[in-house]
Amino acid sequence: MSIRTRILIILGLVALSVFYLIPRQITVRERDPATGVMIDRTERKVPLKLGLDLQGGMHLALELDQSKQVSADPKRDLELALTVLRKRIDEFGVTEPLIQKVGDDRIVVELAGITDPARAKAIVQRSAFLEFRITNETNALDKALPAMDRVLRSLGIRGDTTTKPSAVEQLLGGDSAKQAAVGDTGKKARADSGNKATADSAARDTTPVLGGVLSGLIQPSGGAPGEYVVPETAFPRVDSLINLPQVARQLPRGVALRWSAQPTSVGVQSVRYLYALDDRPIITGSNLEDAQAQLDPLTNGPIVTFQLDRAGGRKFGDETGRHVGDYMAIVLDGRVQGRPPVIQSRIGRNGQITLSGRNLQEAQDLALTLKAGALPIPLKIVEERQVGASLGADSIQKGITAGLVGTVLVILIMLGYYRVSGALAVAGLALYLLFTLGGLSMVEATLTLPGLAGLVLSIGIAVDANVLIFERIREELQHGKTVRLSVDEGFRHAMNAIVDSNVSTVLTAMFLFQFGTGPVKGFAVTLIMGIVASMITAVFVTRTFYMIWLDRRPAMATLSI
Amino acid sequence: MLRFFANAKYDFIGVRRYAYVVTAAFILPGLLFLLVKGLNYSIEFTGGTLIQIHSQKTVDVAELRAGLDRQGIHGAEIQNFGAPDEYVIRARVAKPGTDANDTQATAAAVSLALDAVLGGGTYTVERTEAVGPKVGGELRQKAFFAIFLSFFAVLAYLAYRFEWRFGLAAVMATAHDILATIAFIAVMRLEVSLTVVAAVLSMVGYSLNDTIIIFDRVRENLRKHKKMGFEDILNLAVNETLPRSVLTHGTTLATLLALIIFAGEVIRPFALVMFFGVFTGTFSSIYIASPVLMAIERRWPGALARGHLGTTPSPAPASHGRKAEPVGR
Repeated sequence: MSIRTRILIILGLVALSVFYLIPRQITVRERDPATGVMIDRTERKVPLKLGLDLQGGMHLALELDQSKQVSADPKRDLELALTVLRKRIDEFGVTEPLIQKVGDDRIVVELAGITDPARAKAIVQRSAFLEFRITNETNALDKALPAMDRVLRSLGIRGDTTTKPSAVEQLLGGDSAKQAAVGDTGKKARADSGNKATADSAARDTTPVLGGVLSGLIQPSGGAPGEYVVPETAFPRVDSLINLPQVARQLPRGVALRWSAQPTSVGVQSVRYLYALDDRPIITGSNLEDAQAQLDPLTNGPIVTFQLDRAGGRKFGDETGRHVGDYMAIVLDGRVQGRPPVIQSRIGRNGQITLSGRNLQEAQDLALTLKAGALPIPLKIVEERQVGASLGADSIQKGITAGLVGTVLVILIMLGYYRVSGALAVAGLALYLLFTLGGLSMVEATLTLPGLAGLVLSIGIAVDANVLIFERIREELQHGKTVRLSVDEGFRHAMNAIVDSNVSTVLTAMFLFQFGTGPVKGFAVTLIMGIVASMITAVFVTRTFYMIWLDRRPAMATLSI
Repeated sequence: MLRFFANAKYDFIGVRRYAYVVTAAFILPGLLFLLVKGLNYSIEFTGGTLIQIHSQKTVDVAELRAGLDRQGIHGAEIQNFGAPDEYVIRARVAKPGTDANDTQATAAAVSLALDAVLGGGTYTVERTEAVGPKVGGELRQKAFFAIFLSFFAVLAYLAYRFEWRFGLAAVMATAHDILATIAFIAVMRLEVSLTVVAAVLSMVGYSLNDTIIIFDRVRENLRKHKKMGFEDILNLAVNETLPRSVLTHGTTLATLLALIIFAGEVIRPFALVMFFGVFTGTFSSIYIASPVLMAIERRWPGALARGHLGTTPSPAPASHGRKAEPVGR
C-alpha cells in the first residue's frame, strides 16, 4: 500500500471520527401519538451520551407487587403496566426516557436529569385506581365492633402490641391485669366519645388496655353515615388490627373499610377518618376520558376535574340518580379523598375531586396519572439507583483530571524512553483517543463513570502495541539489520503477539458486557472500542508515520528509538 | 538509547520454587482471612440500601446510628466518604416487617432518621442505591458466570491459536491471579461491587495479555532454537520480553496511579484492584504460566515437543508470515 493511500485512509478515519463527534441537529419524523399526524421533530444530538451516573438521574427496576393483590395473568399485567408507564412518563416530560421490559417480570425505567426523584417515583408507582363508592348506611361497623374485639381477645391480642407490658403488669400476672384493664376500657371509651379534644392523650392512655381495643378507638363521627373517627396516633395500630383476616371476616358481606387519605385536625387534635363503604364501586377510573388540575375558585385549593366517557357517564348518571341523598366517597388507590359529599341530584359525565392539603403540582400529577390510566397491579421498586446532577458533574471533573495526569505521565515515559519514535507513538495516541471517542459516538455508546475510568486506563494500555513494535525494532537493529529492514521486521514480528493478546482481552470484555448492568456495560464498550482503536493506530497509523519519516530520510543510518 | 534490561539473562525459571513460596505466603493467609472475615460485598450483591449525603454540619456517627435504630434499621454502616462532609450510609438489612424486595420502605426509614438527627434541609442526598435481595442474587450469579465463561472462551481461543497446553497453562495462571486478587480484596477490605468485578475481569484480560506475549516468544523460539532445552527457551522468552513488560506495566501503572489519586472514591477500589492485578499478572505470566507449561510438556510430551525436537518437518521459516502456524500442527 502506498504512503499516499495510507495517508488518505488515515485522513478518512479522522474525518469520520470528527464527524461523529460534532454536535448537530437531527430531524426525526414521527407520528404524533395524540393526533396521528406525521410531524418533524428536531433534536440536538450530542456526541457522547452520558450515563445516569455522570449526568445525574434515576434508574428504577419495577416488578408487579402481588402482596396485596394477586395477578391472574402476570404477563399481560406487566405489558399493561408498561403501556401505562409510557403514557405517564411521556406526559411527565423527561427527555429521552428509557422504559423497557427486562426478562419476563421486570420493567426498567431510566430518567436522566430529573431534579425531584420523589415526585418521579410517585408518578411511576401510583396505581391511580379511582373508584366511587356509596358509604354504608346500615351501621355495619358499629354492629361488627364487639365481635371484632372478641376475636382479638381470643387471639390474645392485648391493648398494646407495640410496647412490652410494663413491669407491674408482669408482676400482677396475666389474669388480674386483664380484669383490671377491661374495666378501664369501658371508662376510657366513654371519656373518648364525650370529649374528642382530649382524645389524643386518651388514646395514649388506652394503649395498654386489653379487651375492647377497637371499640375504644373507633367512634362514629356523627357526620355522614359510615364515617368513623380514629385518633391519628392510633391509626397505624388500628389499621393493622382491622386488616387481620380473622377480624376482617367479622364485617358483613358487601362492606369494605377504607381510610381517608390524610389526617384531619379537629380542634387541637389530629384524627383520621375511617369509612365503611359499599364493596362494589358505582364506577371506576377506567371510564375516565380526561382529567385536569385546577384551582377551586371558591377555596383556592387544588382540584382535579374529570370527564367520563359516554358509557361511563350513563352509568354514573343512573347510579347517582338512584342514590340521591346518599353520601359518595371518592376512593383513590384505596384511600378516601376529602370527606364524602352528599349526592344532591343525578350527576352526568363531569365531576371533580377535591384534594385537601396538597399543592397544585400534586393535583397535576394526579390528573396526569388518572388520564394515563390505572396500573393493573401496583408496582414495587426492586432496584433503585439515583445520582444527583452535582455528584455526576463532580465525577466527570475528577475523571478528566485523572485522565489528563495519566496522559501526561504516559507521554513523558514514551518520549523519555523512545525519543523521536516515542513522539510518533504519542501522535498515534492522540489519534487513538480521537478514534475511540468517535467510535463510541458512532455506536451510540453511553459513557459511564467506570467507562471513563476504563478510557483513562486504556491510554496506559494502548501504548502496549507500540512498545511491542518498538522493542522488536530495537532487537532487529541490534542484530545489525538496516534501519528500514528493522522497522519492517519489527512490525511484522510484533503482529502475532498484538493480535493474540488483544483478541483475548476483547473476549473477556464481551463477557463483561453481557453480564454487566449500565455502568459496567459502559466500561466494557469503552474497553472493546479502545482495543480496536489501539490496534488500528499502532499497526497502521504509527507504521505510516514511520514510512513517511523513512521516506524523507532514505539514508538514515541510526533510528531514534 | 535508553534501554532497561536489554539482553537480560536472568534465570527466572530456575528460581521458580522460591516464587511459589512467595505467592503461597501471600495467597494462603489471604484466603484464611477470607474464610474468617468473608468478603465485603457491596449492596448491589447483598441487597440493601445505600444513601450518600452531603451534610452541612458534621455528622455525629453514633447519634445517627441511634436515630437509624429508632427507625428499625439496625446494624447500618455509616462511613465518611472522601470529603469530610460526605457520608455514606449502608443498610444491608431491610426494615423488619417489610418486603425486602420492595426497597422503598427501608430507604424511607433512613430518610426519616436523617431528618430526625440532622434536621431536614441541612443535607442533600447525592446518591441512592436500593437493591432487593432478589436482584442482588441474580447479579451475583451473573458475575460468577461471566468469570467462569470467560475462562472457557480464552481457553478455546488459545487452544485454537496455540495449542491446548498453552491454553491450559494460561488459564492456570489466570486462576492464580483471581485467587491472589480475591486474597488482596479480602485483606484490604475492599468493597466487592460490580465495578470491582469489572476490574477483576479486566485484570484477567491484562494478565492473559502478558502471558500470551511471553508464549508468543516461546512459540517463536521453539522454532528458532531447535536444540535448546525447554527451560532455556522459557527463560529466553521471558528475558526477551522483559523490556516490553517494564515499559507497558510502567505506563499502565502511571494511569492507574492517576486514577487512584484523582478519580474519586467510587473508582478507587477499581483502580486499586487493577494496580494489584498488574503485579500479580506479571508475576503469574513468568512464574505460573511458564513453569506450568513446562510441567504439562513433561507430563504429556506431544506435538509441541516434537516440533521442538524437530521430529516433524519444520514449518515455514520463522521470520516470515504474519500468521505463524502453531508448532507441530
